[in-house]
Amino acid sequence: MKYLLDVSTLKLISERCKGCGTCVEVCPHEVLAMDNKKASIIDRDKCMECGACMNNCSFGALQVNKGVGCAAAIINSMIYGGEPSCDCSGDSKSTNCC
Amino acid sequence: MYAVGNPDAYSDVIVTANYKYSFDAVRSELKGLNLWILVLDTKGINVWCAAGKGTFGTDQLVKQINIERLKQVVNHKRVIVPQLGAVGVSGYKVSKATGFKVHFGPVQAKDISKFIETGYKAGPEMRTIHFTLGDRLVLTPMEINPAMRKFPLFALIVLLICGLQPQGILFKDALRGGLPFLAMGLAAIMSGAFLTPVLLPFIPFRSFAVKGWIVGMATTLLVVRTTAILDDANAPLFALTYIFFPLFSSYWALQFTGSTTYTSMTGVSKEMKIAIPVYIGSLVVSVILAILYKMNQWGVL
Repeated sequence: MKYLLDVSTLKLISERCKGCGTCVEVCPHEVLAMDNKKASIIDRDKCMECGACMNNCSFGALQVNKGVGCAAAIINSMIYGGEPSCDCSGDSKSTNCC
Repeated sequence: MYAVGNPDAYSDVIVTANYKYSFDAVRSELKGLNLWILVLDTKGINVWCAAGKGTFGTDQLVKQINIERLKQVVNHKRVIVPQLGAVGVSGYKVSKATGFKVHFGPVQAKDISKFIETGYKAGPEMRTIHFTLGDRLVLTPMEINPAMRKFPLFALIVLLICGLQPQGILFKDALRGGLPFLAMGLAAIMSGAFLTPVLLPFIPFRSFAVKGWIVGMATTLLVVRTTAILDDANAPLFALTYIFFPLFSSYWALQFTGSTTYTSMTGVSKEMKIAIPVYIGSLVVSVILAILYKMNQWGVL
């Protein structure tokens, strides 16, 4: 399944890439692949902006505006401020919620 | 730290969260193997969400490796972190701080033994997260429950509108006129919070708000066509029904973005920039239509 097209903020700065392949390993949606010993974005529209690649690139070659794709989180952050986060469960009874 | 089987200094170390289902899944899938399980205290939250929140992260893993004196327990330098923990755990930082190299393992615990056998390599099939019909189905109560908590308020408003007469609030009118619309509200909630998630890939358009509106419109049409709900309705009530209920469904469908495995923050924000003003605008229009409906019913208009 694919979400909206042309929205992901994922950026790959190719000159910084040293070809270690960690980003390909940690991406849960096969957005990245190795191409000629360097990482390349093969399907940006599958990116959910989780930030795993950026978090694990020691060369700073990947940048993404990391966040949760959750309407409730975004509404909460608009009302109460702060970054949208998976905090709708709070500390109350329900811990099922992300 | 926990032991599975009879681990020794050569056994692998699996890192997981103290979310009951993760821990139980890891433990039961690892039967027959000899391993160490290093548990990070995520306060009962699963790996993915805890990684997003920061309780399953680089600092916590470094701290736990030091507390458990992992260097003295095993004589290798590998820890296996579930792939979905990569949002919080930065492998190179853990390595710099502790000397342990992070191997990002498979998404699912059932693939761990295969992952170890193949020399700590997770193929695309082990790394990709899916979003199957079953996955979506088990998540629908997460949407239906919060929606149903708001239902009494919705019911009260509907009954008040229907019961309000020049003589006061008439209970009989409230029930007779209101019950069909309570059923309609229920149908709209189920359209957005159950039908849309379940049928997700089969509903046209990518936007959740649009998908929810389509399903909501379909159920609204279905209810109107198969029941007598709008048979005696005046024009404002007719318009109100077709404006409000499909958008009510759309709202709950948009909420489902939080349960999916593939929506992005930029995408959801983009949807909301259009959807929220539409919701608010239609709510205002709905209130005006409700007033017109009552005025018309009372013969004022």
